[in-house]
Amino acid sequence: MAADSHSLFSLLAWGDSGYGDEFVRGVATTLFISFSSYAIAATIGLFGAWAKLCHIKALNRAGEVYTTLVRSLPELLLIFLIFYAGTSTLASLLVTLGLAEQGLEIDPFAAVIAALGLIYGAYLTDVLRGGIQAVPKGQIEAAKAFGMHAPKRFTRILFPQMIRYCIPGLGNQWLNITKDSAYVSVVAAVGEIMSVGRGAANRTHEPIFFYGATAIVFMIISGVSMFIFSRLEKRANRGVRRA
Amino acid sequence: MQFDPVYMFTVVMPQLLMAVPLTLFLTFGSSLIGNFLAVPVALARLSPNPLLSFPARAFIFTMRGTPLLIQLFFIYYGLGQLIPGWMMRGFPFLRDGIWYALFAFSINTAGYTGEILRGAIMAVPHGEIEAARAFGMNSRQVFFRVTLPRAVRICLPAMSTETILLLKATVLASLVTVYEVMGTATSIRVDTFRVYDTLVGAGIIYFCLVFVLTRVLNWVERKLNKDRMPVSSAAPKPAAA
Repeated sequence: MAADSHSLFSLLAWGDSGYGDEFVRGVATTLFISFSSYAIAATIGLFGAWAKLCHIKALNRAGEVYTTLVRSLPELLLIFLIFYAGTSTLASLLVTLGLAEQGLEIDPFAAVIAALGLIYGAYLTDVLRGGIQAVPKGQIEAAKAFGMHAPKRFTRILFPQMIRYCIPGLGNQWLNITKDSAYVSVVAAVGEIMSVGRGAANRTHEPIFFYGATAIVFMIISGVSMFIFSRLEKRANRGVRRA
Repeated sequence: MQFDPVYMFTVVMPQLLMAVPLTLFLTFGSSLIGNFLAVPVALARLSPNPLLSFPARAFIFTMRGTPLLIQLFFIYYGLGQLIPGWMMRGFPFLRDGIWYALFAFSINTAGYTGEILRGAIMAVPHGEIEAARAFGMNSRQVFFRVTLPRAVRICLPAMSTETILLLKATVLASLVTVYEVMGTATSIRVDTFRVYDTLVGAGIIYFCLVFVLTRVLNWVERKLNKDRMPVSSAAPKPAAA
């Protein structure tokens, strides 16, 4: 059964005889899932941070409940909940409202992205909230005194300064989201890198080789991401004197 | 497929509660083993000898750079491929997923905590180590009596965060046939097609476990870091210089 090393590596061949092209496409899919859900999470995070910091008590509490709930539940459980329960609820809701036809099925790919986005929205809420709070109040007051209105205050004063404090947290959550995209393979094989590796390991009975290859791919993604974020951090901190 | 709270609380939850000890065993077992292993990992990582520091660096990067799911599958299916059949038949515990899960979670924790501990060891004030040396302690005594206890207290908050993450990560054991809370919930879900009852039930249990564990770890932190707690308003404030 044990194949020699030559035939093991031929399993990574391009085309029908090997898994090379599947792996490369898997990386693209993983990155696509991660990017899309990270974009959703960042949007939720900005609104969440605003909700937690604004002067409306009900919104403060809603933000608090959202982040506490998501952060204290296992990611896999949340993915199951959103994937199985969430999609069927949404589908039946749309059918009842007459917005869709009977027998509507939510695309698993979209469900997976939504699930990761909703989970990481909570983590990014807290990262961004911390960044906003780190910007000195006087800056906002000065901007107000200059007569800037809220959108301009955000884009010109608050955002460029808060992002400096946020980058380490944003980078950590990006690394986590790429790794958590592997959980997706448990609910649906949408062709991301973990599903590819798992499928290949099952079909060829070579778990060590294929899980090892998948792990190396993840390490490359992590390593490149770490490098990019450290460059971003340097760039965001240019002109800031280090203590 | 409807959500039925009565069914959830009377039928599902009791079965899930029976599985809580297994979840706690996985959490505390791998936390204990992992945190012990973290000490040599951190020491090797700090060693000036590249033969020690490079493997430690590679180990930490592997643990932190790959999903725990892959590590678990690699160990569960990979070791299964390596262990010969006669051993599998002779030692029934080798067929039980729980030991593979415990092993995977332990080394993962060792990687994460090793990196945290490294930072904490570097943060120990140098004067304390000098003082210990001045007392005539040898380097082993300095490490075990001064540096390590001090470093553990410094990184306690980060370690409790890791423990909470570990508790949440134990759900992955359900994927290698371990019937902890999540595994039990999945098996009920598959048998009865009740998605909401089982998942919400498991969610309630994990929420409570995380809540209690957070409180316990905060209490431990307060106990061990008494000297570093903010001065309460009741205590007399030192006069301003």
